Amino acid sequence: MATTNATPTSGLGRLSDATRRRLQRKARIDVWFERTLFAFAFAVLLLLGAIIASLMLSSWPAIQRFGLDFFTENRWAANVEVFGALPAIYGTLLTSFIAIVIAVPVSFGIAIFLTEQCPGFLRQPLSTLIELLAGIPSIIYGMWGMEVLAPLLRTWFPSVFPAGTGLATAGIILAVMIIPFITAVSRDVINTVPAVMRESAYGLGCTTWEVTRRVILPSVKGGLVGGVVLGLGRALGETMAVTFVIGNNLFLNTTLTGQGTSIAALIANQFSESDGTQRSALLALGLILFLITFAVLAFARYLLRNSTGRHA
Amino acid sequence: MDINQTPLYRRRKRLNQLVMVLCQLATVIGFIFLFAILFTLVTKGIGAISPSTFVERTRMNGGGLGNAIWGTFLMTCAATVIGTVIGVAAGTWLAEYSGKGLMAKVIRFINDILLSAPSIIIGLFIYAVVVVPMGNFSGWAGVLALTVIIVPVVIRSTEDMLRLIPNSLREAAAALGAHRWWIIVRVCYSGARAGIMTGILLGFARISGETAPLLFTSLNSNQWNFFDLGSEMANLPMTIYQNMTINAFIPDLVALAWGGALILTAAILILNIAARYFSRQRS
Repeated sequence: MATTNATPTSGLGRLSDATRRRLQRKARIDVWFERTLFAFAFAVLLLLGAIIASLMLSSWPAIQRFGLDFFTENRWAANVEVFGALPAIYGTLLTSFIAIVIAVPVSFGIAIFLTEQCPGFLRQPLSTLIELLAGIPSIIYGMWGMEVLAPLLRTWFPSVFPAGTGLATAGIILAVMIIPFITAVSRDVINTVPAVMRESAYGLGCTTWEVTRRVILPSVKGGLVGGVVLGLGRALGETMAVTFVIGNNLFLNTTLTGQGTSIAALIANQFSESDGTQRSALLALGLILFLITFAVLAFARYLLRNSTGRHA
Repeated sequence: MDINQTPLYRRRKRLNQLVMVLCQLATVIGFIFLFAILFTLVTKGIGAISPSTFVERTRMNGGGLGNAIWGTFLMTCAATVIGTVIGVAAGTWLAEYSGKGLMAKVIRFINDILLSAPSIIIGLFIYAVVVVPMGNFSGWAGVLALTVIIVPVVIRSTEDMLRLIPNSLREAAAALGAHRWWIIVRVCYSGARAGIMTGILLGFARISGETAPLLFTSLNSNQWNFFDLGSEMANLPMTIYQNMTINAFIPDLVALAWGGALILTAAILILNIAARYFSRQRS
């Protein structure tokens, strides 16, 4: 369109000079409009490059100094300048794993309830409520975990949770935080199944569960797994919900319920008071976290590419 | 024998009932947890809020949250304005000009990654590229960190909303002789305005509650700082965080943190409801 307007054709030749100049100016605007928009879009690409490059550059001193020991050292002791990423990586992966194990069955249960069983008048209010709850800031979950959940766990199961806080507590808080998110995605994905498929299965005499299990779930498998992996991505990088309840133990503690730390919690706790090698080591941790979440999110997008998955 | 009495039929029916009860149980458990959080938030928060909470600055004893609320509002607004310009422009390119090219695919993929990238990483990034060269924590660094978080949200909703505009509208405008940029500005934007506004509002709500990216960028302050974005800026999430951790030995400040948490959550829920209302008006 832009080029046909800009080329002086026989039609344009009949126009007055002023009109022709005006048209040509508009055509030039057209070109520059597109270039400007493209520059902004390209900036997104540069942004990701800049994030990776700046993290790599600023964590280079630590990477150079510790090398692979960074991944095998089992403690993070700033006073003797020993920095091992193992406790934080273990905590990040374990808490996210616990969160997924708890959140997935509950979220799928809620999603199936909302799409298959729920009486019509409750369906919309409950779905809206779930979506609103997904917007609560994560620091609120952390505060609730510290003030309510941790004391409760300590009173109810003193032998399992001697301090109340710990890796499992953090996992539970993360689960509560990602349940609204995974539920909302799963509900959207299940709603994309055409009504005809559902009805024909019911027409054959299937029970609700058989329709869900044999017809709905298989046809949206990719979307559901994608939603779960997106939830996992959130759990891995979550800072505020975790910091309050994980216990901040900087030595590797390979138990489920013991106190530990995660990459995000460790950065949040130590970064502002650190300098030199410690700061560089914390930035290296940030780089590791980014690479882990990048891989997880890329996998989720790959699975979700054909489903709706509009949620952030 | 009646078909309803065969063992197979009974087994299927029982299994169905079992699973359905489990689903209901999951729903009840999920909502109990979420309501427990809201209940704690309201009961602990409501007592700490008084009119002076909104006008007094934060102090080590007593005081309010006025400067923190203002700081959060200012930084969120600034980030939203910058993020809207960048996000709408980039989203428009993706929807209107990109076609099916490789570049568009790559940018869309990167945008999806940034959409769910951990916010603490964004904080570290801005720390490395803004705070270190500038030499001090500043409101601008906080604004930039929040901008990086809101841009992908705006890009996504702009692109989605522009794609909903039927091509026949563009063709009709082109047939009348409109240039392409004119079509986008006058035809496409006016059709997609409500949807794009919804996206911006949701993004605004999201960044107003972010704590992690402000930890190493805007930090916090207990002074009134109205427009000086060049120095530390007080903000609500950081105040809540500090009151719950390093100041946790002062009961008044912990109570104030719950008050702040209630204000923050209420504001975010209202913004979300407003966004929903906006998008319903459209349809």
